[in-house]
Amino acid sequence: MATMSSGPTRPERQISLPLTQAFKIALRNITIRLGRAMITASGTLLGIAFLMSVFTGNEIQVARNAVIEVAQQNKNTWLVVMSLLVTLVGITNAMLMSVTERYKEIGTMKCLGALDNFIVKLFLIESALLGFFGSLIGALLGALIMLLSATSVWGDINWLKILMYFGICIVIGTSLSVLAAVAPALRAAKMQAIDAMRTEV
Amino acid sequence: MADKKMKSNGVQGGIDPQASAHNASADAIVASGATTSAGSSNNVEEDYAGAEYVVRVRDVKRTFSVGGQPVHALRGVDLDIKRGEYISIMGPSGSGKSTLFNMVGGLDKPTDGTVFIDEVDIAQLDAFELAWMRCRKIGYIFQTFNLIPVMSALENITLPMIFAGADLEEQMDKGRKLLEAVGIAHRMHNKPSQLSGGQQQRVAIARSLANDPAIILADEPTGNLDQATGKEIIELLKRLNKESGVTVITATHDDKMLNVSDRIVWIADGRVEQIKLRSEVDINVGSMHGV
Repeated sequence: MATMSSGPTRPERQISLPLTQAFKIALRNITIRLGRAMITASGTLLGIAFLMSVFTGNEIQVARNAVIEVAQQNKNTWLVVMSLLVTLVGITNAMLMSVTERYKEIGTMKCLGALDNFIVKLFLIESALLGFFGSLIGALLGALIMLLSATSVWGDINWLKILMYFGICIVIGTSLSVLAAVAPALRAAKMQAIDAMRTEV
Repeated sequence: MADKKMKSNGVQGGIDPQASAHNASADAIVASGATTSAGSSNNVEEDYAGAEYVVRVRDVKRTFSVGGQPVHALRGVDLDIKRGEYISIMGPSGSGKSTLFNMVGGLDKPTDGTVFIDEVDIAQLDAFELAWMRCRKIGYIFQTFNLIPVMSALENITLPMIFAGADLEEQMDKGRKLLEAVGIAHRMHNKPSQLSGGQQQRVAIARSLANDPAIILADEPTGNLDQATGKEIIELLKRLNKESGVTVITATHDDKMLNVSDRIVWIADGRVEQIKLRSEVDINVGSMHGV
């Protein structure tokens, strides 16, 4: 029994998932489930389209030298905040579904040596990509719809500001999407390697 | 069905004087916490030398709490698995077979007692070290294959190598070699959905070998395959076991698995019911079928 008391030999600490590989896997996860991914992304798309349309609408008002009513602006802010919250909840829900759907895949990755943070990384990157593309298209749509309805004032519009709002929308959309994925990603990371063995669906 | 078979083996063992002696010693093992199988009882001292055993299970108990009621899945199990051995764990569902299997594979920790995998007490490991061990020391094979659906066969095999920090060239090189070894190199760029069950299991076997593990842990590897394909997979596992010296531990209901196993462990009611060498089982099975 003497050999058993020699104490545990600690394995060397080296295990990793490079960011480029994580991106590759996350992108694959999106493309293979494109239908679902598009539904998830459409939440961001709609929310950001609305935000961008409000921004653009404001600029059009400015270009028209119209008086911007404070009450109207407050209402708009309220609507934008609400719509973004709805977006947030929608993405969280979609990601949670996607996590439960992939329990076996996550368990398998853990069996192959994935750490909790690999799983978190994969889900956050996936959500960031979805958020980025969703808000890109959403911002384009929101801006276009408003601008096409006001072609007469194009000469007076501050395009630099529109571009700036466009950037802001993408940043907000992407971060919102990542934020919404935090809870589902943590839940995914908590799944155990042993879940890979489960046979029931 | 498998349950019945196991019982009939048990009965036969009881009739055969040699086997019953082994049964008795197996019981003694459970009682005393002394070493291993019937076959090696004459050189107990040498067996303790250490590195020869890749898995050592010492008086392991595992209790789950189901609805506030304690359920004793394992009631004190001792088991030693030699390096390079091919072991099958059999037992009806609810016997504790899966619990023991998960324990041996570092997927679960004992409530009481110790499990050493490659001389490491798994209860002492933190999450990082457990992940490291799963990555480097243990290769898992599943009943449902569990390939990552978004990745090609080759990518599935290189994933554990990515985790282990291998460079790209090494990954590709080794990935190809492993696919050749399991006879499926021509499908390396196919997605799992484009492969048959047997082909998927071959990829899974190649993946389990990616980081040269000490142990391959196969959970009902033939459970979702037809008889002929199952036989091929068993033969492949046995060949890899012989060629690379990797320890293979399977949990199975498949009688075909008995013919290639060095030892068979029967679990019943949370205890080791009996441990038999293949030669003993061969005799029994042979006399049963009149071959």
